[in-house]
Amino acid sequence: MKLLFDGVSGRALVLLALFFVVLAAAPFLVNDYLLVVLITILYFAYAGQCWNIMMGFAGQLSLGHALYIGLGAYVTAALYVKFGVSPWIGLVPAMIIAGAVGAVIGFLAFRFGVSGVYFAILTIAFAEFARIGFDHFSWVGGAAGYFLPVANYTQNDILNLRGSQHMFYYIVFAMTVIAFVICHLLLRSRAGYYWLAIRESPEAAEALGINIFRYKMYAVVLSAAMTSLGGVIFAFFYNNLFPEQVFHISRSIEIILGPIIGGIGTLFGPIVGAFLLTGLAEGLREVMLRLGIDLPGVKQVFYGLCLLGVVMFLPEGVWPTLKKKLGLDRGNEGS
Amino acid sequence: MTTDVILKIAISGVLTGLVYGLMALGLSVIFGVVRVVNFAHGEMMTIAMYLVIVAFNALGLDPFVMLVPISAVLFALGYLMQRAIINPFINRPEHSQFMLLVAVALVIVNALLLIFGPDSQGVTTSYSFDSFDLGGIIIDAGKVYAAIAALIVAVLLFAFFRLTLTGKAIRACADNYNGALVVGLNVKRLYALTFGIGAACVGAAGTMLMIVTDVTPAIGPAYTLLAFVIVITGGLGSMPGAIIGGVLIGLTEALGGFFFTPSAKSMFSFAILVLILLFRPQGIMGRRTA
Repeated sequence: MKLLFDGVSGRALVLLALFFVVLAAAPFLVNDYLLVVLITILYFAYAGQCWNIMMGFAGQLSLGHALYIGLGAYVTAALYVKFGVSPWIGLVPAMIIAGAVGAVIGFLAFRFGVSGVYFAILTIAFAEFARIGFDHFSWVGGAAGYFLPVANYTQNDILNLRGSQHMFYYIVFAMTVIAFVICHLLLRSRAGYYWLAIRESPEAAEALGINIFRYKMYAVVLSAAMTSLGGVIFAFFYNNLFPEQVFHISRSIEIILGPIIGGIGTLFGPIVGAFLLTGLAEGLREVMLRLGIDLPGVKQVFYGLCLLGVVMFLPEGVWPTLKKKLGLDRGNEGS
Repeated sequence: MTTDVILKIAISGVLTGLVYGLMALGLSVIFGVVRVVNFAHGEMMTIAMYLVIVAFNALGLDPFVMLVPISAVLFALGYLMQRAIINPFINRPEHSQFMLLVAVALVIVNALLLIFGPDSQGVTTSYSFDSFDLGGIIIDAGKVYAAIAALIVAVLLFAFFRLTLTGKAIRACADNYNGALVVGLNVKRLYALTFGIGAACVGAAGTMLMIVTDVTPAIGPAYTLLAFVIVITGGLGSMPGAIIGGVLIGLTEALGGFFFTPSAKSMFSFAILVLILLFRPQGIMGRRTA
């Protein structure tokens, strides 16, 4: 616990506690629609946090995180539907498979010196490969999609992740908190410092004796395995999986928008980014609904313009600026 | 009989591949000079493709008539894009540039979706159903015309970079940025010009592609990826490499689609991409820099 709160200012702690309490109480304060929006926000905050380990901490740009979401979703869904395996058990093989795939991609890329933009394209290529592969993988429905049985549940069956939105909200909330704590601890661990060194200058890190191959691999495997849990939620919340949607590059881009807008490499960036992006998009939707305009694509144009604005005018992201405004930047590097 | 069919498919793949090559050439030129990876490349091509649709539906203009005007429009678009939004990013980190162009791509795809709707659209020209008979091998006339036009544009581009003073100045910027500044070249203008030329290439390729295929707003990212696969296969920054890579990928996809299933054809180009990245990361025609 000491490690957790070390060096965090009192003011930050109060704000954090307040934020936590508001989120924990949220399901009792909002209607069903807003609850779904909050679930979406926390889902993106979680996935963004996982992506941030790779890009924000270790400096490896992945544009194919939909691959790990998809693997997590398909593995747990298939195990549940075909063999009745609880997703809580199914998430173990899901994490192992996603981690292993991440390891293969990382191994190929880092061993053969594929880096920067080439690495990003390699990650897209693997995600696209999986998308087309699952399109033809008839055991889990192929392109026609894979469906989880849906019924009107009167009781929450947490063991099988079947139940109300309140249940999903608290699960995603817990995941977001756990991912946040893990990242917080990671940043203060040896691996965290190594990652930052690798991100800033791989050559210098290597010269200092850091095994950059091994630590980059740790980042990829950890990020992949954690991201696959987001896929479990995706599968059991939406109850349908289409390769065209789950593995599509726009899924990968959605995941990374939050941390980029919030602030790459920061702990609150993914959370702030997810709130901003989804919040504004839903606000826009509401306005359009009131005005009676129904046009597909408006949300994405809006996403694009947000991203454009942030990368052009706030290259560090929103959080570092916000942190200064809140007076929280007292000697607390990187959080 | 089977050999005939396979030959027909192979030739058709090579012809489409030449058009793909022209598209990738645009990406390669931009990267080779400006050192920015144009992640909105395929999306820019869909703009050109929709311009073909508009010209054809509204004015009945043939894609070949539109080849030069649409390339000119895309040139202007590329020039302005470089000037207005990409130039401030020249010295930013790679991922920052990447994000910028992802944002541009996102806006283009969905703006097209807003304007034209999600349905697939195409043009049917007077020669759409013509074909040549080469000793029993039937080849679509449209594909042949499109490939020839793509080759002509590519040759003109080679000539431009080899023979004209502006072309040489652009190559100088690519070879040595500081040197180009020292001898007094207007690098900013030349970068914008290069981006314009790259965009014009993709405009010409998109126009030609409309003779061969249909377009939807959502197809953009797939073409961006295809252009990347081709350019990395051929060698990023190498002009002949882009054309060779285009032909290779066109051929692979055609044969892969024939022997397996058409919807799985891109898997083969991804497989080639992975192999190239691992064993010859500089590409077929590229030189190793590091």
